Parts: sequence; C-alpha cells; structure tokens
Amino acid sequence: MTTAQWLGLITGVGFGFLLQKGRVLRFDKQVAAMLWTDMTILKFMLSSVLVGMVGILLMSDAGMIQLAHKPMNVGAIVLGGSLFGAGWAVMGFCPGTSVGALGEGRWHALFAIAGMLAGAALYAELYPFMKTTVLAWADFGKIGLPEVLGISKWVIVAAFWAGSIALFAWFEKKGV
Amino acid sequence: MKWKTKDGGWSPYLAGALLGFLAIASAYATTVWMGKTNFLGASTTFVRAVGFIERFFSTAHVEANAYFNKEKVTLDWQFMLIIGLFIGALISSLTDKSFKLESVPPIWAERFGPSVWKRAVGAFLGGIVAMFGARMADGCPSGHGLSGMMQLSVSSLIAVALFFGVGMVVARLIYRRGKS
Repeated sequence: MTTAQWLGLITGVGFGFLLQKGRVLRFDKQVAAMLWTDMTILKFMLSSVLVGMVGILLMSDAGMIQLAHKPMNVGAIVLGGSLFGAGWAVMGFCPGTSVGALGEGRWHALFAIAGMLAGAALYAELYPFMKTTVLAWADFGKIGLPEVLGISKWVIVAAFWAGSIALFAWFEKKGV
Repeated sequence: MKWKTKDGGWSPYLAGALLGFLAIASAYATTVWMGKTNFLGASTTFVRAVGFIERFFSTAHVEANAYFNKEKVTLDWQFMLIIGLFIGALISSLTDKSFKLESVPPIWAERFGPSVWKRAVGAFLGGIVAMFGARMADGCPSGHGLSGMMQLSVSSLIAVALFFGVGMVVARLIYRRGKS
C-alpha cells in the first residue's frame, strides 16, 4: 500500500471509532435529529466544526495547508442539497455513517449502501446532462464566507462559537 | 456535563471535539505526506466503488464515462478512509459491547412495522435520491458538514442548511403522520 492509502486507513479507523463512540452512526439518532427529539448528531457535528475550524484556519493562515472550498454552484448546491436532505430522511444514514453503521452490526445499512451506489452510478450516467443544465445555471466558484462578507474570519469564528454554545445550552435545557 | 452517555457512549461534545482534532491532524498530515491538503469526506468513494463494480462488467463503459474520468476510479486516500471508518466502528462497538445485529431500526419499525423488505425498499430508494443529490452538491455531511464548515465555505454552509432543513420537513412528513 502507498503512504496515502495507509494514511487514509489509519485516519479512517480514528474517524469511525469517534463516530461510533459519539453514537452518531445510528438511523435512530439521525432521524431523531430531524424530528428534534435527540440532537446528538448536531452536537457532535458542531463540536467537531468548532474545534476543527480554529486549527484549519490557523494552519491555512500560516501556509501549512491549503483550503479547498467546494464551488458555490447555485443549482448544484440548492437542488443537490435539497435532494440529499429528502433522501437522507428516508434512508436515515449519510454516506459515511452508513458504512460505520454496518461496522457496528446494523446490517440493514447494506440496503442504503446499495441505493447510494445505484445513485452514484445514475449520476455518472447523467453527468453530461447535468453539466449542460443544473451545473450551468450560475457558479460563483470557490468562495469563503469571510471574503464574501468582507470581515475578518475570526469575527465569524467567534460568532460561530457563540451561536453554537447558545444552541447547545438550549438543547440541554430542553433535554434533547 | 457528563462524559458518558446512558448507552455507554461518550458525550457527543467530547467525541465531536476529538474528531475536530483528528480533522486538523489529517489536513496537515495529508499536506505533508501527499503534497496536497485532503479533507475528510465520504461520498466520492461511492462513485469510485460503483466504478469498480461497473468495470467488472464493462471496462470500456467506465473508461468512456466523463464522470468516472473526473473522479478517477482508484483505491485512493478517501477510499481507504472509508474502509478504515468501517474498521474503527467495528473495533469501538465490539470493545464496548454496543455492537448489535439490527435488521430494522426502531423508529422505522414504529411507523412502518417490522418488515425487513419495506425497510430495504425505503433505504434503497432514499439512498439513490440522497447520493444523486450529494454528487450534484459535490459533498455530503462529511465533505460539506465537517470539512466545508471548518473552512467557512459558502457552498457548505448553504448545503448543510438544506440537508437539515429539507431533512426535517421530509422526516416530519414520513415519521410523524397521524401523530402530533
């Protein structure tokens, strides 16, 4: 195996371990978050973003890593994001958690994985069509929020931390 | 704040924060060892995996496909990340005894009954729609939800709002029918 493959494998083991320990791999946790009855996955996700963003942005400022924004393609993000949300609610897994759920014995995740493979195959076939339609509507390119708003990224990070902590406090108060 | 949850897991704040540190270490490690910063993600691996499956039937078809050429059907870093994710979840669940063979998840069973086939059809159809959307949006809750939000990408912030927003509406429609 190459260095890149080993690196991926080792990082993945840590990724899967933490997702499982956080109990976010389960269908019930994902659907419960969408029903506002158990916000575990949102707490988990926002906690990793809060920690991650500080390190990622600091390292990017120091020139240690390069950011890689995904393009703000309006049709792709709006239509794709909505389709994902709808499918996610029915399936109860996202791509990463489906594989992890299988690892913790929830074998029904196999049906979700099969569906997602079929969805990926379908997209590959329709890609030329997507390129001339949805993907061609409007593309603002690879943009970050600080450049768009014209304010320091650290102001946004501070606001993000404050907002998330307020949200956490509210979740805990409501017991969800 | 409790560090352990009732079901023997770790506090989602703790496990999530640790994943944040892992994401930072991973971004740096991939830059050093691979020459290019790679961020955590999952959905492109499904494209590569189905590319491998299709190649088994027709190599020519996969070679001629523009999307497979764009994403490259190889066992790359992210593919190994997803294999590792499976192993990590297996190790964690076996060691804390939360591993459980489950054929139908409880919330689903409560609404649609214990039929495995109903669940299979739902998961399969949902999977098609979700992955089609994720490929269109170029990311899933890993690529957009974790990695993109950490970078304050505009596309990711909007994508995640839609993932959850539409997910909440649809979840309410399907799992709450006849209730509240």
